[in-house]
Amino acid sequence: MGLLGDPSRRAIFEMLARRPCSVQELADELPISRPAVSQHLKVLRESGLVVSRAEGTRRIYQLNPEGVTALRAWLDGVWSDALTTFHKIAEGPGPRP
Amino acid sequence: MTGTAPIPPITGSVTLAVPVDRAFEVFTGSVNSWWPQQYHIGRAEVAEIVLEPQVGGRWYERGVDGSECDWGRVLLWKPPARLVFTWQINGSWQFDPDPEHASEIEARFTASGPQESVVEVEHRHFERLVGGQAIHGAINGGGGWAQLLDGFAKTVADQG
Repeated sequence: MGLLGDPSRRAIFEMLARRPCSVQELADELPISRPAVSQHLKVLRESGLVVSRAEGTRRIYQLNPEGVTALRAWLDGVWSDALTTFHKIAEGPGPRP
Repeated sequence: MTGTAPIPPITGSVTLAVPVDRAFEVFTGSVNSWWPQQYHIGRAEVAEIVLEPQVGGRWYERGVDGSECDWGRVLLWKPPARLVFTWQINGSWQFDPDPEHASEIEARFTASGPQESVVEVEHRHFERLVGGQAIHGAINGGGGWAQLLDGFAKTVADQG
């Protein structure tokens, strides 16, 4: 499983792709607790996908502007899914149209 | 010529209960059947994903509206053992025709028995892709990323 294999983590990533958010904003829109959001953000930050900045008393998170890092993370998920499906099809009954 | 630090490759492998010829045939001839179609670059929903079976062949998606979006080119075609093709979608989610800016994918097919094969995939040279700040503009401008992810999120929700 890639970094974005977890559905909650992917949902956070997708929200941040649309606009920078605080932990509270993310928690308000997702069916998971604020500590869970923080935990996912920690993983995303450590992997370089997400960066944060202080804005007053809040911390705002956004996708790492180095686009290739995020693209690579996306492709990691793509390949993981693709090879799983490839496995299934290759061992399947016959060629598909 | 940027001196960019290497970005680790993505690797994966699968062991299949089919002969190596069959593994190569499905991988190259039926990309459309195994590539997860929720992952696409073009604006239109995917009608078909194609990998042309020759050196120099195109690897692209065709949208339901007939539009085509290039992903890369075939660099090496050695059935049923090896295949190298490029991924030229950059950090701004655009096709970059410059071969110097291409990441590449190598697929190796090995017979591990008469009815068994191993397929290893390595997607490498991400540092050659041009990314940088461009993605930032795309995100904030509601361009490729937002659109792509909207489609992606919808698919996930539909499957949920």
